[in-house]
Amino acid sequence: MTVMSFLGAIGAAQKEAMDADERVIIIGEDVEANVYGTTGGGKSRAETGDFVQMYGRNRIRNTPISEEGIVGAAAGAAMTGLRPLVDLSYSSFLYMAMDQLVNQVAKNRYMFGGQASMPVVFRSAMFYGLNTGAHHSDRPYPMFMNVPGLKIMVPSTPSDAKGLLRTAIDMNDPVLSFEACILWGLKEEVQDEEFWIPFGVARTHREGTDVTIVAISSSVQESLAAAAELEAEGISVEVVDPRTLVPLDKDAILRSVAKTGRLVVVEPAHRTCGAAGEISAIVSEEIFDSLQAPIIRITAPDMQIPFSPALEKQMYPQKAQIIDAVRKVAGASKSTDRLVVAG
Amino acid sequence: MVELSDDFMLEMQRRMLRIRAFDERASKMVKRGHIPGTVHTSIGQEAQVVGATMALGDQDYMTGNHRSHGHPIGKGSPLGPLMAELQGKGTGVCQGKGGSLHLADFNVGSLGESGIVGSSIPIAMGAALSSQVLGRDTVALAFFGDGAANQGVLYESMNMSGVWKLPVIFLCENNQYALSTPAHTVTSGVIADRAAGFGIPGVRVEDGQDVLAVYKAVSEAVARARAGEGPTLIEVVTYRYNEHSEGLRLGTDYRPADEREAWLKKDPLVMFREHLISLGHTEEEMDQLEADVIAEVDAAVEFSQNSPWPDPEVAFQDLYTDSEYAA
Repeated sequence: MTVMSFLGAIGAAQKEAMDADERVIIIGEDVEANVYGTTGGGKSRAETGDFVQMYGRNRIRNTPISEEGIVGAAAGAAMTGLRPLVDLSYSSFLYMAMDQLVNQVAKNRYMFGGQASMPVVFRSAMFYGLNTGAHHSDRPYPMFMNVPGLKIMVPSTPSDAKGLLRTAIDMNDPVLSFEACILWGLKEEVQDEEFWIPFGVARTHREGTDVTIVAISSSVQESLAAAAELEAEGISVEVVDPRTLVPLDKDAILRSVAKTGRLVVVEPAHRTCGAAGEISAIVSEEIFDSLQAPIIRITAPDMQIPFSPALEKQMYPQKAQIIDAVRKVAGASKSTDRLVVAG
Repeated sequence: MVELSDDFMLEMQRRMLRIRAFDERASKMVKRGHIPGTVHTSIGQEAQVVGATMALGDQDYMTGNHRSHGHPIGKGSPLGPLMAELQGKGTGVCQGKGGSLHLADFNVGSLGESGIVGSSIPIAMGAALSSQVLGRDTVALAFFGDGAANQGVLYESMNMSGVWKLPVIFLCENNQYALSTPAHTVTSGVIADRAAGFGIPGVRVEDGQDVLAVYKAVSEAVARARAGEGPTLIEVVTYRYNEHSEGLRLGTDYRPADEREAWLKKDPLVMFREHLISLGHTEEEMDQLEADVIAEVDAAVEFSQNSPWPDPEVAFQDLYTDSEYAA
């Protein structure tokens, strides 16, 4: 085992993939200088393990600031034999390439009756919580869940980031990886052998019997901290991380909620049409009778993100909110709720 | 330029005739309700299409736009599955999921049309990137119109391709109208001249109705691309004889009445027929060629008409490569 940061694990996955398959190329802004720390052994070009030195400029493609062109080129390359790994830097830069992502990447295989395959990965960082203002703080994964044809990963630990990214690169379908920057420094022991984590398989971080929390991206760490405190109060919380939103491991979520009868869904994205809303709807449709209390969503409000540290922190799910929500659903009883409704 | 063989020039005429006959039939069929949706014909632009597609090799790639029946036909795609696709049949080249606006035939390097103006341009750049990274000999060509020439993604693509010297050709089919909008009213300067800003060659083919002129320009760009010398922008001046899309009832007020008449006198099929006759072919041979092509289109329509509708299940296939994630 080796202790790796979230970002280091992504870099390790990229290196393994580059070594494993010559069709894998890395394309994006500032990848040559290793600005974000995932295309080199260290943060400096002078250190060993630099990707340009190892793989050359034929496979490490430093690009102009042209997101639409970059995404389109990666799509065309994927349709003709390469397996591009695209670094789109900030997730809000994806909007510059919406036509290519939605009209070409997501649709081509389907529209052309299966003639195309689109083995391409688009990585982007969600820079929220770091006082970068509204343009850099987005968490846009739910709007891409609304685009059939894309697959979406939202890793919350170094190991998951590494294993999911290897799977994404080997996959023949387009994958969007949304990586929360506030997790970049998170460290844990990661196994030394290469490993792949399948898409559509949730990870239960903590087992519990009273309340299920389904948490996404950085909300997993907040939820685990909340669960630890709630245990002291005698409330047993199960924390489930879907890890990939498309495909979504519905079975794992339904199994957990069927057991606990209570659900809190936590995510850093906006409330309307979010992943939390979708997961809540699935649970309501499929196992309504198992619910002992109304579902609670904890999300960012439908508001843009302000710059000031004094304003920004309150915008994302926090431990105290999660604790309050769990207490609320744990205290609610099904019969009481029905009585209220009937009254 | 290498002297073109007689067979090659006859094949040029055959493919131009195929595009004309295919699109004339499609125009009738859509108006009679035999083709759902709409179609955009290349009638009048055949020389520009065939001059470009026949300058490409079998392994070379191309992308198209909404007016793209001619591109796969020009590259040698069989007519039956194309017509079946227009009709939404299960034997269609895209199994009935693309239609007129999204034809693609990967067997001939046709990576697909795009209903979004300009959107397929960087796809061709990506195909050229594959060639370069994998050390292949193939080139890629993006067809787009004068309308797409004002989309930003073209310039992102010309810039990146220029920096990387990618084997790609940007071919602007300037038929002078973006739907109803005259190109000169929305286009500053000359499209071909824009290449200079990226340090790549820009070529304007003034007589886009001359298949040999187009072929020559594109062949030179293909040779440059294969030699590792990078991209070329080619603007071909041409004209569409029909309305923007078949069945669209705009009238033609946006086009001066005498303008179409003048372009009809420069019909690329008539001009090249006369050229072939001047080289020694007979009127009878040319008539026979035209009759053969009509028979090919008849057979394609028959194939399509006799084809079944796709199974409803097909609507739920091919979103992903792994069917377990399908809806």
